[in-house]
Amino acid sequence: MKLFSLIPVFVIGVLLLWAGQDFPKWGDVESPASKSPVSSHFIANTGVDTEVPNMVTAVLADYRGFDTMFETVVVFIAGMAVIAILRGSSVGRPRRKDHEVEAEPDLIVTNTVRLIVPVIQIFAFYVLAHGHVSPGGGFQGGVLMGASFILIALSWDLEKAMSRFPIERCLFVAAMGIVLYGGIGLLSMMLGGEFLDYAELEKILPVSREMARYHAMLGVEIGVGFTVAAIMFVLYANLASEGRLKQGL
Amino acid sequence: MEGGSLVSELFIERLNYCIYVVLLLIGLWAMLAKRNLVKKLIGMSIFQTAIILFYVSIAVKKDATIPIYLAEHDPHGSHAKVVTEQNATGKQDAYHPVELKPETVKGYANPLPHVLMLTAIVVGVATLGLALALTQRIYQGYGTIEEDELLDKLDRADERASQSPIVKEKRNAQRRKSAQQAKAKAAAGSVSKSNTAAKPSSVTKGKKKAQPKKSPSKTSATKAKPKPKS
Amino acid sequence: MGLEIFNTFILLLLVVVAVTSLWVKDLLVSAVVFGVYSFLMCLLWAEMGAVDVAFTEATVGAGISTVVLVATIFHLRRKSND
Repeated sequence: MKLFSLIPVFVIGVLLLWAGQDFPKWGDVESPASKSPVSSHFIANTGVDTEVPNMVTAVLADYRGFDTMFETVVVFIAGMAVIAILRGSSVGRPRRKDHEVEAEPDLIVTNTVRLIVPVIQIFAFYVLAHGHVSPGGGFQGGVLMGASFILIALSWDLEKAMSRFPIERCLFVAAMGIVLYGGIGLLSMMLGGEFLDYAELEKILPVSREMARYHAMLGVEIGVGFTVAAIMFVLYANLASEGRLKQGL
Repeated sequence: MEGGSLVSELFIERLNYCIYVVLLLIGLWAMLAKRNLVKKLIGMSIFQTAIILFYVSIAVKKDATIPIYLAEHDPHGSHAKVVTEQNATGKQDAYHPVELKPETVKGYANPLPHVLMLTAIVVGVATLGLALALTQRIYQGYGTIEEDELLDKLDRADERASQSPIVKEKRNAQRRKSAQQAKAKAAAGSVSKSNTAAKPSSVTKGKKKAQPKKSPSKTSATKAKPKPKS
Repeated sequence: MGLEIFNTFILLLLVVVAVTSLWVKDLLVSAVVFGVYSFLMCLLWAEMGAVDVAFTEATVGAGISTVVLVATIFHLRRKSND
């Protein structure tokens, strides 16, 4: 079986290497991907259109808003599917004996975590809000926020983290993130533009068209951050406890 | 001569593509040949990262900076203000962003592949979590995550499932026949009635393939339960 | 000489780490080495100028992926046959 599986691997490898000759050299400024009018347009006009210095955030949340919205939906659906797969799967199944540790949470670990969790959460908000002018944005900020709750669950136990962020609240927050994203899109549609055409928000915001896009992007990123933070914690909580949502790792 | 230039072309000029291909093949091989499901998933992640690496690497430009505007290129930065001061005719003209020139466009890395791959990474971890949840479920059901053991258990369950209804029906029929033969002397009319009643029921049972299959697999799952404890 | 020394070094290291994470028979070690792989990838992308992608990989790939893998392996058998 192992040797047999090497045949397709080699065939694909030879084909890919053969195709590799046609690819542009490392760092080629004239490569088709870099010369294409689309990316040149993004680089040249992002600042003019949206006042956002970070082109990646602008393209992510504004020009390719549909894409990001449904990626967020994919993350949400994955979280729901994990809950659906694991919920109730371990009913009547005893916990493995080698996992039952009666020790209290370690004093040094818990106190350190107590100190650093607020810092992580503030950093998460910073990354979320500052994603327009520096690397960062909704995905990274959301993941950092989810990671802070995972850290609590790792240092105490899952119940402690679940008392802070119960699963119902997780799902509510995750759904609210998508509703916020879609709501901004619908709002711009109701104001006379197209779906996710943020420039129309200038009619209700006291700013110019460009700044309206800037602020709408911030709202969209907050929506993405909500969903990603909640779903990352849901993933961990379900996988660490086989869907029991208590005791955990 | 031709071969030599090809080799130098491939392995010196385009060494990065070779390594992407190698990484991709490592992931593919792990997905095909590794028997452990978690190893397969790690292979899937390596495969995915190799593709993302390829996408990001075509966004690289020589001597280019990251795709965030430098202060002197920002359309709303200080140089834009200089422009507005030069032709400051009124409030309408005070707002005057400047589009980047083609020479400066070359100084920034291509942001489009970055955007595409950023979302791909996040969706990748969501799919990894989903796959791991399925792996946990498989372990709960069968007590193993090794593919060969899993296939063995499935085969055995299938055998039991495919054998049992027929064997049971044959045995039942034999029992009925013997019982009927014993009773035949006592009452001849009741025998024919029970025979006709038994036959259609056996046909319907044989047709319902999905139902008998399910129940033995469940019993095998319950049998597999004590295994992880030991 | 399109590639710089640094990139070549990281790329070769990536291959070594990828093979190692599939080679070892202990799944926990495998998961942790996969975290190392993600961090190396993050370093490479930061060097390529894809800062947002590198940031995402550092938080998602090296952080959440590794934690989720370890959490899963905790409930499975730690040994792998191959």
